[in-house]
Amino acid sequence: MSLKDLVAPFMVWGRALQKPYTQKNPIITRPGADRYRGFHVNDIHKCVGCGTCEEICQNEAIDLVPVDGIETKHGDSGLRPKIDYGRCCWCALCVDICPTSSLGMSNEYIWIDSNPEVFRFIPGAENKTWDNSKKGYRRGEGYDLLEGQRVPMPMLSFEESQKTFIEMVQGFSREQALREADRCVSCGLCIATCPAHMDVPGYINAIRNDDMEEGLRIVYEANPLPASCGRVCSHACEDVCVMKHKGDALSIRWLKRYIVDRIYKGDYEKILSTGEAKNGKKVAIIGSGPGGLAAAYYLSLLGYEVTVYDSNEKAGGMIRYGIPEYRLPYEQVDKDIDYIKSLGVKIVQNTKIGEDLDFMELYNNNNAVFFSTGLKDPYGLDIPGEEFPGVTSGLSLLDDVTIGKTPDLGKSVVVVGGGNVAMDAARTSRRLNCEVTILYRRRIEDMPADVEEIHESQEEGCIIETQAIPLRIVKGDKTRLKLYWGRAEMVTDPKGGRPRPVLIEGSEEVIECDTVIPAIGQQADYSFLPEEIVNNIKFNRGMVEVNEYKQTGDLKIFAGGDIVNFKKDAISAIANGHSAAKGIDLYLNQL
Amino acid sequence: MVEKGCANLFTRSQKHINDNPKLPPIVNGRAKYNLESGKYLKIWQGPQHPGITGNMSLELTVCGDEIVDCKTHVGYLHRGFEKLMERRKYMQCFPIVCRIAVPEPDFNEYLFAATVEELAGIEAPERALWIRTLNLEMARLASFFMWLGGQSGSFGMNTQGQWTVTMRDYILDRFEELSGGRIYHMYMIPGGVRADLPSGFENRLLDTLKTCEKCLDDVELTMFNNSIFKKRSKGLGIIHPDIVDEFGITGPNARAAGFKRDLRKDEPYLKYDQLDFEIITGIDSDAYTRARVRLQEMYQSIDLIRQILAKMPKTGSFFTKLPNVLHWNIPEGQIYKKAECTRGEYGYYLRSDGSDKPRRIYVRGPSYTHAVSLMERLCIGGNISDTAGLMVSLHTYPPEVER
Ligand SMILES: Cc1cc2nc3c(=O)[nH]c(=O)nc-3n(C[C@H](O)[C@H](O)[C@H](O)COP(=O)(O)OP(=O)(O)OC[C@H]3O[C@@H](n4cnc5c(N)ncnc54)[C@H](O)[C@@H]3O)c2cc1C
Ligand code: SF4
Ligand code: SF4
Repeated sequence: MSLKDLVAPFMVWGRALQKPYTQKNPIITRPGADRYRGFHVNDIHKCVGCGTCEEICQNEAIDLVPVDGIETKHGDSGLRPKIDYGRCCWCALCVDICPTSSLGMSNEYIWIDSNPEVFRFIPGAENKTWDNSKKGYRRGEGYDLLEGQRVPMPMLSFEESQKTFIEMVQGFSREQALREADRCVSCGLCIATCPAHMDVPGYINAIRNDDMEEGLRIVYEANPLPASCGRVCSHACEDVCVMKHKGDALSIRWLKRYIVDRIYKGDYEKILSTGEAKNGKKVAIIGSGPGGLAAAYYLSLLGYEVTVYDSNEKAGGMIRYGIPEYRLPYEQVDKDIDYIKSLGVKIVQNTKIGEDLDFMELYNNNNAVFFSTGLKDPYGLDIPGEEFPGVTSGLSLLDDVTIGKTPDLGKSVVVVGGGNVAMDAARTSRRLNCEVTILYRRRIEDMPADVEEIHESQEEGCIIETQAIPLRIVKGDKTRLKLYWGRAEMVTDPKGGRPRPVLIEGSEEVIECDTVIPAIGQQADYSFLPEEIVNNIKFNRGMVEVNEYKQTGDLKIFAGGDIVNFKKDAISAIANGHSAAKGIDLYLNQL
Repeated sequence: MVEKGCANLFTRSQKHINDNPKLPPIVNGRAKYNLESGKYLKIWQGPQHPGITGNMSLELTVCGDEIVDCKTHVGYLHRGFEKLMERRKYMQCFPIVCRIAVPEPDFNEYLFAATVEELAGIEAPERALWIRTLNLEMARLASFFMWLGGQSGSFGMNTQGQWTVTMRDYILDRFEELSGGRIYHMYMIPGGVRADLPSGFENRLLDTLKTCEKCLDDVELTMFNNSIFKKRSKGLGIIHPDIVDEFGITGPNARAAGFKRDLRKDEPYLKYDQLDFEIITGIDSDAYTRARVRLQEMYQSIDLIRQILAKMPKTGSFFTKLPNVLHWNIPEGQIYKKAECTRGEYGYYLRSDGSDKPRRIYVRGPSYTHAVSLMERLCIGGNISDTAGLMVSLHTYPPEVER
């Protein structure tokens, strides 16, 4: 033994005077670190119940459950995560991935209870002391497991686009589509919101797997007009996409289009099911718009002999005669329709029911009738001067362009209205070399048109004049017109409705132009229905009343599309057509 | 006479064991002794025993207090992590790997992240690599502190253990503020690390290092100069250099036998090529020398952490965006990556079939060799009272044996 060995213990004597290392818990509590992964917190009003936390949790510790006071609505499943602390391993992957960032962890780590049940708990819904704790683990800056920004869509520049009817949106490349599809978390909030309940995560998954055929099959389960919808759908799904909380919604519409664009029309037959054998029953459909075509497609798959009647020269309804070519090229409408026709659906064109053919003839010669005749009669402005030759309507302008007439609009055009038809009329006029002013009664944020449409029309040079109420039209020099309009002020509705535009008395301005194009809405024309039928069907403010299967008061008659639903877009018409097909099948099989 | 097979004949072929007249003779490669002769006794050390570094057990045959045969048993802690991971998406494996070596989760985190990144073709940013290096050295220090307490305790010195476990806790405090967890850090994620260093972290860490260094000085004084410790550990559990490669012995166990091997130097990963350090070795290859090597490596770790803090970039990104981890398919391929953990070579083998889940993950922990086969070998001829000290001197973690 050396001397050092002997004295060594004495060299650390100072330790005897040191404070003890241990803390006197619970007299002294020690808070967890600022980043501590303690008990969960969830801002349940920010959480949308997307279930992504449940999806990532490798312990299956999370279940989504209903919570008092949280309602299911578009973009919110109404469910909230419940965590089983018997399973949780405190990894916080759930926090990292939560797209709304509602989920976090507090730095609290002591919770004692004799009842084991309480440890299956719903963060944010059980009034815990740590609910509002700002400390604890949160996903921080510079670290993210999801991508909030969408892949930009290649488009024609606005300089080019305003001069041509060539399609503006050019479509994703494979690489772009894969990147965009990769962003999806498959929460399915979109499915619930899509009027047709398309399996969006399903076809996006097919894109990720580079399996376009599977994608097409999934798409056709709920939508037989995907080439069209992939371009012009009003995409309610994107409004509720959970990724919107991180930045941009998935480009759902463009992804659907991508699938369809990647498959040749001729290959559809090989990929898609042609349905059941013919059952010998006949259904007549009036109107070859999206509603009529969807009903025809699904009925034909169910084995019905389907004949569609339409007064136009070509099928498609408003998606052909309304929506302009630069948004939806005609060959894409044809791609959808040709496949439906190939299944044996007969489309009789140039045949107006009520004029060329009697409704009762269809009624008596078929087992059921479905009509989806849309809204064709534009509303007038109801102001003096409306009858002058230079005043037309959005619908007739778009119709003319579709059938190949070049309308003479002169040099300057005023479009009245704030919906999509107004935007289409305005942008079509731009492409016909006109100066365009859009007058709208309310504020820009009140415009019913899609935000992109408003933005693009402005970028293409349309001037939007808001809070502007047309007063009268007066003839100017030669064929010129003078549109007098007054300023509106927005008056809040005491009942909490949206603010109303009220004319400011005495305010008056004038625009000179060659053409005035009202595009403030359109209504249905039911004159083709004979009286005995009208008596059986119920109408409500110009719309046909139907049950969930789109069956009218006359059980043999079904109706759908713009005359039935409030959304008045293609996908709702398609959804109506699909339910009607199911309804007709149900009805006829019960007979 | 009951013929009892010795588990590992090939270890018994070692000369200095064979020459020990007290051990039963080896016939046909098996130790031959009669358990019913009254001369031998079989006792179990473990699976619950403070002298075992975790849940495993030694089936000892003793003659008096002398060990004549030893069989190691594992299986008390099998959680099937490798298998579990085959049924989980890559990102879902991330919270699992840390559990493979409880006192030292970080090497698992690093190697899992590194293998996944390499197969996926993802590079973690520069700053993340520095933070990872820092993290690994902090882990080394914390793990060694725990070992140090065990080593002193197993020789009957209970004081140092109180100090060193506290030091470990101080380092865990730093881990807690860095990663949000004390034991399972879950911090080194594929792509980088999960968060930047919290503000003021460097200074608090430097303070902690100072405290740790002081403690190491005291331990050095009171443990390494303690004549009982010296007497009991010197000459105990000698790993003959000849068997180092035969057994696949790595880390301080090999270095104490004179092998100048350290992956941080030999095949530098992360930022080790930018750090200044020498490989620490010993000569005598006994428990005492191994303890010395580890003690010096602790000082070295402290030095490395200081170097890292001085050299690492102060700002910059710490995470490379990954594809959506909910459906992240890793290209087909296989890879093996290794790192020098406190106990030697730690390795991860990853095989991907191109899907979103690993086809196979194989974890090579040094404890497998050290605790299972080497322990069987070294026990023989030793005294039963030294088994605990011997086992700790091999620094083994049963959880890592049983992935
Ligand atoms: C300019 C414009 C732009 C639009 N843009 C979009 C858009 O971007 N996205 C979107 O989702 N929706 C858009 N819409 C709305 C969409 O086009 C309609 O919601 C959809 O076409 C409605 O389908 P439907 O089946 O109800 O009828 P329609 O498409 O209106 O088709 C009805 C068909 O019935 C025929 N018909 C009517 N009466 C008779 C009769 N008596 N005999 C024979 N045939 C008859 C008509 O000729 C017509 O072909 C737009 C509409 C317009 C006008
Ligand atoms: S991931 Fe977030 S938003 Fe979605 S359910 Fe979980 S906590 Fe709610
Ligand atoms: S912390 Fe990890 S284990 Fe716990 S609920 Fe969240 S994801 Fe699941």
